[in-house]
Amino acid sequence: MIEIVAPGPLATIQDRGRPGYAHLGVGLSGAADREALDRANRLVGNDAAAAAIEVTLGGLAIRLPSPTTVALTGAECGGAPGWDVAVTLPAGSRFALDVPRAGLRSYLAVRGGIAVPAVLGSRSTDTLGGLGPPPLRAGDLVPTGSAIAGRVSGEVATAPAHPPALRVVLGPRADWFKRKAVTALTGSVWTVRPESSRAGVRLMGPELKRKVTTELASEPTVPGALQVPMSGMPILLGPDAPVTGGYPVIAVVHSHDLDAAGQLRPGDQVRFHLW
Amino acid sequence: MNELVARAGPDEPMRRVRLLPCGDLATLVELPPDAGVLEFRADVAALGLAGVGELVPAARTLLVHHSAARGPVVRAALVTLPLREPDPIATTAPVQVSVHYDGADLSGVADEIGCSVEAVIAQHQDPTYIVAFCGFAPGFAYLLGLPSALHLPRLATPRTLVPAGSVAIAGEYSAVYPRESPGGWRLLGRTAATLWDADLDPPAVLTPGRAVRFVAA
Repeated sequence: MIEIVAPGPLATIQDRGRPGYAHLGVGLSGAADREALDRANRLVGNDAAAAAIEVTLGGLAIRLPSPTTVALTGAECGGAPGWDVAVTLPAGSRFALDVPRAGLRSYLAVRGGIAVPAVLGSRSTDTLGGLGPPPLRAGDLVPTGSAIAGRVSGEVATAPAHPPALRVVLGPRADWFKRKAVTALTGSVWTVRPESSRAGVRLMGPELKRKVTTELASEPTVPGALQVPMSGMPILLGPDAPVTGGYPVIAVVHSHDLDAAGQLRPGDQVRFHLW
Repeated sequence: MNELVARAGPDEPMRRVRLLPCGDLATLVELPPDAGVLEFRADVAALGLAGVGELVPAARTLLVHHSAARGPVVRAALVTLPLREPDPIATTAPVQVSVHYDGADLSGVADEIGCSVEAVIAQHQDPTYIVAFCGFAPGFAYLLGLPSALHLPRLATPRTLVPAGSVAIAGEYSAVYPRESPGGWRLLGRTAATLWDADLDPPAVLTPGRAVRFVAA
């Protein structure tokens, strides 16, 4: 059991997401930085499918009513009992995470995983679709489970370096845009806007002008898609994005760089280059 | 672009599927207007190709998730798959959805198309609809079959809150809002039917291919 003293700006329970129901309108959801989630679970000896807490811009404060082994990964925050390493804390321990210096999302795994009931095979909170547990609130008592795969790791894990620019695959609708739009996408510096969320990272930069201006029939999208609404300012779809959209997608971030996309924070600058 | 061309048969006119890259782990198949998306989806599933994941239908497209390694093999199979016309006859009994026609936009729709409220209700109830695809929100089914007289654009300003169970229309589709959400569709009425339950598998009653009829409550 973990007691949430303060959730910070947004703390949700996330696992590897909810695949298999996209044809019913259910988004993938799950950790925005999958590798950081996996690393945290590995450190505490959890099953890879275990759920952890995804912390947004720090601010999470917790109390542990009983001795608990935890690991924190992702955007590194001050105030933690350790980072990228499993630590066993005695009953009554408390800690509060500061705002990370860089990055957006941190992961707190506890040995045994978070044991809220699964919805459609996942414990993830889908903030847009309204599935899974609601975002954490002060006073919540979060149950821990028995999703254990092996022993607690003694290693200090190494976080992978995120690329300076995100690699994209053009399409599916790059041909709906003027040629200059593709050059602008890959040749500009984009700024992350404050209205960003788990549904999408809103970007500001040069307007991506369309060649085809007719309405696009709704089509399936994926996390990582750069969807361009009428404003011409792209939205990098996140794990909680709807499964279909009516705006053309100019390019999709390569799966290797999706975790880096999950760490983009308001005010950050980002570039794209072709895969 | 990565466009490939398939022939339906040697004596038939050329019909094209376009294969559009959607990142490194999916391919978007755009079908010609006369080909059935759900029929194509069923045929892709029947191939049982290794490395293929979810098959997500939408209005004119099917998204095929696949592993990066199997992408070329999967794309080659997709482009040679024969196309079929949509099956006009639903194979299952229609889901009956009973509707209280008291929606906030009912009289506005009647005014806009120049008929009575009763005529709007009669036209909305007339067809047997087919779930073309789901999207927008969990369990939100796009129902094809709306009479063309009722084809109207979405509201210029979407509502911030549409109640769960609202029966609505937009463009060529009708739909039932499975849960409370924002929305820009025109509201004709509401139903008390439970069409979405996340504790059930499948959680949605209105799954792609299901036939649906609206009846007055």
